Order: sequence, then structure tokens, then C-alpha cells
Amino acid sequence: MRPGGAGRAVLLHLAVIALLFGLQFVLAPYHHTNLSRIMVLASYAIGYNILLGYTGLMSLGHAMFFAAGLYGAGLTVQYLGFGVISGFSAGLLSGLCLAVTVGLVALRTSGVSFMIVTLMFAQACFLGTLYLSNWTHGDEGFVLDAEARRWSFGGISFDLSQPTARYNIALLLFAVCLLLCLVLVRSAVGRVLIAVRENEERTVMLGYHTFRYKLLSLAVSGTMSAAAGATYALLFSYVGSTFASFQYSIFPLLWVLLGGVGTTLGPLVGAALMFYLVDISSGFTSSYMLVVGVALVLLILWAPKGILGTIREKAVSWLP
Amino acid sequence: MSFGPHLFLALLEGTVSAFVLALTALGLSIVFGVMRVVNVAHGEFFMLGAVLAWAFSSLIPGMPAAGFALALVGSPIVVGAIAISADRLVLRRLNYGPEATIVATIGLLYIIQQVVLMTYGPDARPVQPPINFRIVFPWFGYSGYKLVVVAASAVLLAATWYVMMRTRLGLVMRATQFDRETAQAFGIPVDRVYSLTFALGAALACIAGVLIVPIQQAHYLMGLDPLLLSFIVVIVGGLGSLRGTVMAAFVIGISEGVISVFFSPTLAKIIATLFVALVLVLRPGGLFGEKSR
Repeated sequence: MRPGGAGRAVLLHLAVIALLFGLQFVLAPYHHTNLSRIMVLASYAIGYNILLGYTGLMSLGHAMFFAAGLYGAGLTVQYLGFGVISGFSAGLLSGLCLAVTVGLVALRTSGVSFMIVTLMFAQACFLGTLYLSNWTHGDEGFVLDAEARRWSFGGISFDLSQPTARYNIALLLFAVCLLLCLVLVRSAVGRVLIAVRENEERTVMLGYHTFRYKLLSLAVSGTMSAAAGATYALLFSYVGSTFASFQYSIFPLLWVLLGGVGTTLGPLVGAALMFYLVDISSGFTSSYMLVVGVALVLLILWAPKGILGTIREKAVSWLP
Repeated sequence: MSFGPHLFLALLEGTVSAFVLALTALGLSIVFGVMRVVNVAHGEFFMLGAVLAWAFSSLIPGMPAAGFALALVGSPIVVGAIAISADRLVLRRLNYGPEATIVATIGLLYIIQQVVLMTYGPDARPVQPPINFRIVFPWFGYSGYKLVVVAASAVLLAATWYVMMRTRLGLVMRATQFDRETAQAFGIPVDRVYSLTFALGAALACIAGVLIVPIQQAHYLMGLDPLLLSFIVVIVGGLGSLRGTVMAAFVIGISEGVISVFFSPTLAKIIATLFVALVLVLRPGGLFGEKSR
């Protein structure tokens, strides 16, 4: 990396956040809502990318972390009368606990076994949401009360069903996740994670306890995914089993692959492109998941580095 | 019905599902063993078998037996051809890298599933069983066709074993599994062996789908359950071990049948998936598997 790259990278990220802030004043209502959704989903993808892109661990079960946040916030708000902040914290905490538990078990394996173990855990969680349908209402899900989604802070009250509040909270979540990711991958810890990705044995030889670093990475990744899930529940008020299903484990993988594995902005690019691709194609056919399948095969065959990864390779080498 | 006959019924149901499961899982196991490819699209080949069985049998209306026979021959050929082209067009270009092929087969899963949704539609459709007789026990009557399924699966399992262990093709496949590069150095056309292996694995799942469709209707989402169960079986049996796979299929198939008669099937599945995750972590060679090399 050339000197001066650091400054440029930070400026670029701030510019992206500023651009997203500005966009809310020009977008039509339909795209306005879509972009709020995309920013929350991109935060989920950023969490996924920390594990896949910067630690080299491919999980096929990240939906369980997203769902832990979603249900952690949704159930506590619905049944225990938690507010917005405490519900969000509950979601975050359940994501963290799940990530550490899963990590302690699953990180004993690597490669293909790790993928299958995470897949199995996620499937167990998904089935769990169906099994506890007395509270979760399974596939149907439940809708949070509008009353529970009001939140007053310092005398100003926010209503999370209002588009403006929704957009800016989604932006806040996205900005925090993006900057955290940038800080993490530029820190000493981040360097060790990248070393694990590149060559784990050599990292062990250098004296690093790689298991701890991998656990940390999974914990951060899972908690970030849970934060996205909790925000999703609070902003869009719907909580259902679909979000825990296999499909929602594949989505972040696809977004990250499309945007660029191991690039900080890739998740946003991938999530936005894929969201609109699915949105447009579902106007023509009910088989919109076909797009997902075709995109996965094409990406893995011809563009395994994704959009930003290819740009970084060809032109802009300082892209983090 | 009292406990004894109830248990007997559960065991019968478990045996039927165990044989079908053994067939499906054997396909997955052969593909993983020889090619080291985790085929996430395996369940979709099962689903294709069921859907094609419906398509073939509706070609000959009024004669369920003839339609079924046609399906039994035609469906594996079609599915085998699809599998060979998937291997040539996608998997081979990825050089069979383990993680890349998983992503690619997930893509394949959605492509097959959604193309079936577009052409066949979202409805579940029944297929007439080729034979109609009931075996009457003192406590309940039982569909004779289910016993045909058991017999046919047993014959196919034996045939697969024969091909793998007693024919030249099987020898070549086992040689490739043992050491791909040395096999290639000895003039074995590894590329062609891989294509055939992938087709054989897919065809086994497909036949299982054909056999099951008179019992369970054909639906475009029916591939997920057999996929997960096959994963469980192959992992518990030891990755790549055919004997372990078949043994595990019987243990899991029968116990799943019995457990889901007496307990909630969802709870049984939760326990099974968690159990498998732990097996993979603690005993990567599987419960019945040999020590890995």
C-alpha cells in the first residue's frame, strides 16, 4: 500500500456516507424505503465480510446471527415490553452470545467442515424458530406494535415508522458498521486476521494464537449481523422465520461475492445491486431466486473477486 | 391402536424411509468420496426425479405401471445428462476447489429449483402408484407399494455396490478417489471419471425421487429435506465411506421414522442437526468411518 492511501481511503468512506445522507433528499419515496432496507442489509453483509473477506472463513449459517438480533429485539419488545434501545441491546447481546457459543464449537473445524457445521447450527436455529411457534408464530411471523417503536431521547421523540427517522437510523447503523470495519481491518488485530486468511500455519508459527483471533472475528461478525437483524426488526416491524432460513445465509455470501470479497465497500455495492436485480426480476416472474442462482454461478466462474475486488486489482490499488 | 402395533407401524415407515434415504445419501457419498465435492444441489436431483416421474407418467395416461416404468428409465437419463453438463460447464472450470464448488452448487440448487417452479409450477402433484394392493395386518392395512420401494432400493444398493467393487468402472473410480494424480499418470481419464461419478450420484438421488413420488407428492421445494438428511447420514457415516453411509442411513432413517411418530418431527430434526454438527467437530471421520488418511 502506498503512503497517502490511508487518508484517501478514510475520505472515500466519509464521502460515501455523505452521499447516502444526501440521497434521502432527492429520492422518490419508493427508492427511499428501498435504500433504508439496503443499508441495513449492507450492514449485515459487512459483518459477513469481516469473517469471509478478512479472516478467510466461509460461513453458510449467518442467518442465525441475523435472526438472533431480529428475534432478540422482536421478542423482547413484543412480550417483555422493552423499548427501542433496550430491545436493540437485547438483540445485540443474543447475537454475541450465539456467535461465541457457535465459535467455540465450530472453529475447531475449518474449510468445508466449518461451512457444514455452521449450516447445521443455522438449520437448528431455523427449526427452533418454527418449533417455538407459540411465541414466534413460525413462518407467519408477527408485527411489532407501532407504540413500541416510538423512542424519545433528550426531549425529542422519534417514530421509527416515519421514513425520515427510518432512513437516518439505517444510515447511522451502516456508517457505524462501515467505519468499525475500516478501523478493524487497518488495526494490528485486522492485520493478524488477514494473515490467518493468507496462511494460518505461518501465522501460528509467528506465535499468534489464531483460534482467539478467529473467535474474535466471528464474535464481531456475528454481533454486527445481529445488530443489522435487530435494526431490521425495529425499523420494518416484521419478525418471521424466513429471516433465519438458508436463503438468508446465502444472501450475504452473494452480496459480498458480488461487491468484492475483502473490500470494505463491497458489501454495500453487492447488496444494492442484488436488491434491485431481485426487485426488478420479481416484477416479471415469481422465480426471482433464479437470478440469485445464476449470479452465484457466474460470479464464482468468471469474477471470484467481485466488482470492487476487480477494480482494486486493475486500477485503484489503495482501495481498502 | 395400542403401543405394540403403533411401534410396528413406526418401524415399517422408518424402514421405507431408511432405504430411500440410503439411496439418496449413497449418491452424495460417492460424489464426495471420488470428487471431494460437497454437492449442495443433490436434493434438487431428488426433486427432479419426482417431478420427471410425474411428467413421464402423464405421457401415458391410464396406465400407471407403464408410465412408472418409463419414468424409472427416463428420469435418471435426463438427470444424468444434466449432471454431466453441470460438471463440464461449471465444476471442471473451478478445478473442483472445495469452497468454490460449494458456492457453485448452491447456485445450481436455485437454478434447478426455480426453473422447475417456472415450468412445472408451485403445485404439489400426485403420481399413481404402479401397483395397487394392500397388505392386511391384524391391526392395520399397509400399502404394498411401499414394500416395492424397499425391494427396489435394496436391488439398487446392491447394484451400486457391485459396480463400485466388482467392475472396471468401479475400480477406476476407486483409484481416482485414492489418488487422483497417480490415477491420471496411469492413463485413467480422470475428467471422464468425474463426469460419470457426478452423473451416477445424481441418478441415484433421482431414482430415489422417482420411487418416493407415489407416496409423497412431487413439489418443487421437496429437495431440501432429503438434502439435509443425506448430509447428516454422510457425515455420521464418515465422509467418503460407502459402507458407513449405508449403515448410518439405516440407523438415522429408522430412528427418524420412530421418533417422528412419537415426538414432534421438528424437535427430532433440531436434535439431529445439532448432533451432526457435534459429530463433525468431535469425530471428523464419522461414527462408523475408518481413520482418515
